[in-house]
Amino acid sequence: MGFLDKHKALEKNVSLLLVGSLLVVSVGGIVEIAPLFYFQNTIEKVEGMRPYTPLELAGRNIYIREGCYTCHSQMIRPFRDEVERYGQYSLAAESMYDYPFQWGSKRTGPDLARIGGRYSNEWQVQHLTDPRSVVPESIMPSYGFLSKTKLEYENMGAHLKANERFNRVPYTVQQIENAVADVVAQATPDADISGLEERYTYDGRFNVPLGDFDGNPEEITEMDALVAYLQMLGTLVDFSTYVPEDNYR
Amino acid sequence: MSEKKEIDEISGTETTGHEWDGIKELNTPLPRWWLWIFYGTVIWAIGYMIAMPSIPLINGAYKGVLGFSSRANVVSDIEAAKAAQSEFITKIKETEVADIVADEELARFARAGGESAFKVNCSQCHGSGAQGSYGYPNLNDDEWIWGGTIDDIYNIITNGARYDANEDTLISEMPAFGADELLEPDEIKAVANYVASISGGEADSALAKNGAEIYADNCAACHGDSGEGVAVLGGPPLNNAIWLYEGGVDAITEQINQPKHGVMPAWNDKLDDVTIKQLAVYVYSLGGGQ
Amino acid sequence: MRHLSGTIILALGTLLAVLAAAFAADSLFRIHAIILALTLGIATIVMLRKVQVSGGKEVDRSGYMDEPVRIGVILTVFWGIVGFLQGVLIATQLAWPEWNIEPWFNFGRMRPLHTSAVIFAFGGTALLTTSFYVVQRTCRARLWGGDGLAWFVFWGYQLFIVMAATGYLLGITQGREYAEPEWYVDIWLTIVWVAYLVLFLGTLVKRKEKHIYVANWFYLAFIVTIAMLHVVNNLAVPVSLLGVKSYSMFSGVQDAMTQWWYGHNAVGFFLTAGFLGMMYYFMPKQANRPVYSYRLSIVHFWSLIFLYIWAGPHHLHYTALPDWTQTLGMAFSVMLWMPSWGGMINGLMTLSGAWDKIRTDPIIRMMVMAVAFYGMSTFEGPVMSIKYVNSLSHYTDWTIGHVHSGALGWVGMITFGAIYFLVPRLWGRKQLYSLRMVNWHFWLATLGIVIYAASLWVAGITQGLMWKEYDDQGFLVYSFAESVSALHPYYVLRMIAGLLYLTGALIMAWNVYKTIRGDVRSEKPMAASAMQPAE
Ligand code: HEC
Ligand code: HEC
Ligand code: HEC
Ligand code: HEM
Ligand code: HEM
Ligand SMILES: [Ca+2]
Ligand SMILES: [Ca+2]
Ligand SMILES: [Cu+2]
Repeated sequence: MGFLDKHKALEKNVSLLLVGSLLVVSVGGIVEIAPLFYFQNTIEKVEGMRPYTPLELAGRNIYIREGCYTCHSQMIRPFRDEVERYGQYSLAAESMYDYPFQWGSKRTGPDLARIGGRYSNEWQVQHLTDPRSVVPESIMPSYGFLSKTKLEYENMGAHLKANERFNRVPYTVQQIENAVADVVAQATPDADISGLEERYTYDGRFNVPLGDFDGNPEEITEMDALVAYLQMLGTLVDFSTYVPEDNYR
Repeated sequence: MSEKKEIDEISGTETTGHEWDGIKELNTPLPRWWLWIFYGTVIWAIGYMIAMPSIPLINGAYKGVLGFSSRANVVSDIEAAKAAQSEFITKIKETEVADIVADEELARFARAGGESAFKVNCSQCHGSGAQGSYGYPNLNDDEWIWGGTIDDIYNIITNGARYDANEDTLISEMPAFGADELLEPDEIKAVANYVASISGGEADSALAKNGAEIYADNCAACHGDSGEGVAVLGGPPLNNAIWLYEGGVDAITEQINQPKHGVMPAWNDKLDDVTIKQLAVYVYSLGGGQ
Repeated sequence: MRHLSGTIILALGTLLAVLAAAFAADSLFRIHAIILALTLGIATIVMLRKVQVSGGKEVDRSGYMDEPVRIGVILTVFWGIVGFLQGVLIATQLAWPEWNIEPWFNFGRMRPLHTSAVIFAFGGTALLTTSFYVVQRTCRARLWGGDGLAWFVFWGYQLFIVMAATGYLLGITQGREYAEPEWYVDIWLTIVWVAYLVLFLGTLVKRKEKHIYVANWFYLAFIVTIAMLHVVNNLAVPVSLLGVKSYSMFSGVQDAMTQWWYGHNAVGFFLTAGFLGMMYYFMPKQANRPVYSYRLSIVHFWSLIFLYIWAGPHHLHYTALPDWTQTLGMAFSVMLWMPSWGGMINGLMTLSGAWDKIRTDPIIRMMVMAVAFYGMSTFEGPVMSIKYVNSLSHYTDWTIGHVHSGALGWVGMITFGAIYFLVPRLWGRKQLYSLRMVNWHFWLATLGIVIYAASLWVAGITQGLMWKEYDDQGFLVYSFAESVSALHPYYVLRMIAGLLYLTGALIMAWNVYKTIRGDVRSEKPMAASAMQPAE
């Protein structure tokens, strides 16, 4: 009965009970979370990863706003069937600029981690506008209003800045200052992209989907942004220089 | 303390002597089975953590005695699966795509693989049964935009059509006769009726007659003199009532005004060559092929 | 000077909300601020009519403060129905996608509305309400902090619900499951929650019982841990102080771990520890039997709260989270099995010597079924945490089935039991309007849960197997779309199951309404003993 008698102390003292509980519930989180920040091997060393362009970031915000993550994962697990269905399993490095992460927890629809380049812009627009017109079995909602909604992008500089705060995303001053111009350059067909190219070339690669995405070159709509985001998903890392064996952890 | 311990009559167990709003507590010992299973799971968990990568240390985590890695496992799984298919796979690798069809056994394997890859990668555009839909060609019929030999099919799957990221992609851009004002609206009306008529569709015959010449001057180069199509230029046949974008004068007029320029992605950056060959064999088998 | 300070604060809040709307940095923030201003404005007007600047009768502050409990019981029923209806709606959308109405009522916006409505509005209001009731009685003390603090916590929490819910439909979300509200709503919840903690601690401190009752250990652990989880998981950098959007503090793999450390323990502390607190009071009260084992209470309490925190990585098996973390998540989830069952044993065995009540008292039956489902889902959970099983179940409807056997079975049923216990007592009625209707509710709910769980097990396993199905030559057999159409029948069944469950809740609402009015239904007694007045 010894330990039960000791427990009486906790039962009779609110502060002890409070502090005791708080200590007990703190351990697990500290052990599991803190090392992820300082272990060198948590995030793989890869080439080609870059921060989102302002247009893609705006698209990503629409993806979050519409709750696409409630049906779609962005995390290909290391299984043969997933690799054959969706492509190379996802690396931690591929979501290192994702604030917040979008790995998802339910696949009502397929994984989208490597959707970039798999379909044409036209298909994406048509599918988002009326999913069952291209995939009759689909139960995805339609998002036609995105083509009719002008993108609010005047403020993208502040968005980049918020990502950059506390040195989280390495956006440069130029990237932040030119955010609005970069949105326009990326979403306008035959625009002068030299500035965009200079600012978003990483590891010698300029890997940014360009042009009009929603089939309406006159306007930059939310559809443009969302499709630009979808079209770059999973395309950044240069897997020809990636050595899987170095990153078993 | 109001330690009024008493014996609960029904269970015969002693209470702890406390009471809150009429609630008392029995001092029943921990159920044995409960305790033993709990110990059991703890011991198992310790064993499991020793076997597997688990405890975080200074520069990395303890790796576990079994040397487990989920990333290493998937590599060996895929290798094992490939090894089981290795005979066919090596053969496909070494064989020109056109010759695969000739080898009945190999072709059967390739068709099965192609069908599977088609479901995963292509059905979203071309339909679950490859029947196509608005803007996406039906691959079951024997009408081909870019040619129906197995090499043609292999080529378009590898490099795509109008897929900018691929240098060898098939490109053919029908001019925007209306939008770029290459033809007058009434000329477009006429040629649209002509095109509708040669496919046996409903058309104003007078207008169609006027359209014939416009067609010969502007369209025949890509679509053939009698609308039979020019596969090397990706000009679809217009004389067979099989439409990518619907028939009818209105739809045709729309296409002449502002062509759609549908994109077929290239797959050589996403799939390996063996899979693409299998896809070609499968698609070729669907349409009867040329 | 009753209500005066409260009214002034509300009026000031309204003014601030109007200013926020005027200077908003984006259109969504403006709309949200207008909604806030309207809500606070209406509240101000209601309060203005109650203000008594001088004189008036002083309220009696010697007894328990049960006014918020009464309102809370009604709101719990209300939010329950809203949340279940919302569940039926999204279930319908998955069966028949035409039910999506873009943009506001698309699935992606409606689903968080459902999860928040049931967990935070229904579950949270139930927890707040019952904890107010239980802590007062088991401490023999009125709520600490004067009436103002309790009202602030109570209405402050409701305001959080309104802001969160309207935000989702507008598209204001952080995209973190179960933590979707944006930064400014999060800050508001933090303030309310800290006040709740202070209120609860204060009441414990001034208790007249020497020992703190076990229900209060669980309530306290729930409040403290949720505070910790909420603050850390919602750390974010707002784009503008007058705009909706924020970017989370962490990214990628660290963010995922933080989120599921939070997400799993939202289950562990909100949906489990809190409701265990509820069980530890209402079950012995309704059964009129002592709690089965004090020692088990101690051991299972401490082991439960210690182990739960570690289990988060079972939501991230086989992801880009390093293997070592996944191992810990799995190992601790398995160890969590018995500590979870400790609560089930203590609940069930409290009935020993009163087993006949399961037959005669539908309220006890409700509670027993709750505990049984608690036991079932806390067995299923550890099984699903095993990586091999999870490789099949993760991402599928199996998870959804598991969620709802816990949510409908445990969270729902124990709350219904508590409501049926509370209503006659709070309004001074001799008995419920109808016990037979409780019985109906019980069977409709049980049937609903069984159909829900069963159809989604089949759906989940079908889905998982179809994704992995290889033919004998080693090729994938199904396209994704084929797996989608295979699930249609199960989605229809699930929708029907939800309707049954919702119908049960509507019957409860009627029963509660009539009981409050003081009506008694003339009906054949359930059984002799059930006719006894409730107290
Ligand atoms: C109700 C669930 C649901 C929601 C919400 C949803 N989707 Fe889907 N999505 C599906 C389903 C089911 C499919 C598979 C059938 C199909 O292709 O339409 C799919 C397919 C897709 C595909 C094609 C993937 C592939 O590889 O074939 C893309 C791209 C996509 N969705 C993007 C989105 C985006 C972007 C959003 C949010 C704006 C979204 N989805 C919201 C259910 C959903
Ligand atoms: C983004 C949608 C899309 C996807 C995915 C897609 N295709 Fe296509 N495909 C098209 C379009 C559009 C055309 C017509 C191109 C044109 O008009 O020139 C086409 C044309 C073709 C053709 C030529 C048809 C003809 O008549 O000449 C073949 C063969 C083909 N696709 C096979 C495939 C295979 C095999 C896959 C999967 C690996 C696939 N497609 C995936 C859109 C798609
Ligand atoms: C430079 C080559 C070229 C010329 C010249 C050209 N076309 Fe085309 N046409 C194409 C191609 C390539 C396509 C497939 C188009 C696509 O995907 O937009 C096409 C498609 C069409 C279609 C749609 C076929 C279907 O199956 O839906 C029609 C109708 C058509 N062309 C009519 C015409 C007419 C009429 C003219 C002359 C006024 C013309 N084309 C001139 C290349 C050409
Ligand atoms: C009438 C009753 C209910 C119905 C019909 C219902 C239906 C649904 C549906 C259709 C989903 C979405 C599943 C998906 O995305 O595939 C869902 C998710 C969810 N529901 Fe319910 N629900 C009901 C009651 C409840 C209750 C009472 C709770 C909690 C107390 C609850 C908690 C949840 C949670 C947590 C999720 C998210 C699960 C996840 O992300 O894995 N639901 N529900
Ligand atoms: C010992 C107790 C439990 C364990 C070990 C456990 C384990 C699990 C596991 C392994 C998953 C699946 C994660 C995935 O693959 O994505 C899960 C999901 C879930 N469980 Fe449990 N579970 C337990 C008890 C409960 C209870 C009692 C409830 C509800 C009252 C509950 C609610 C949920 C919810 C809401 C999810 C879905 C999370 C999401 O993906 O959104 N769990 N649980
Ligand atoms: Ca555009
Ligand atoms: Ca939040
Ligand atoms: Cu969990």
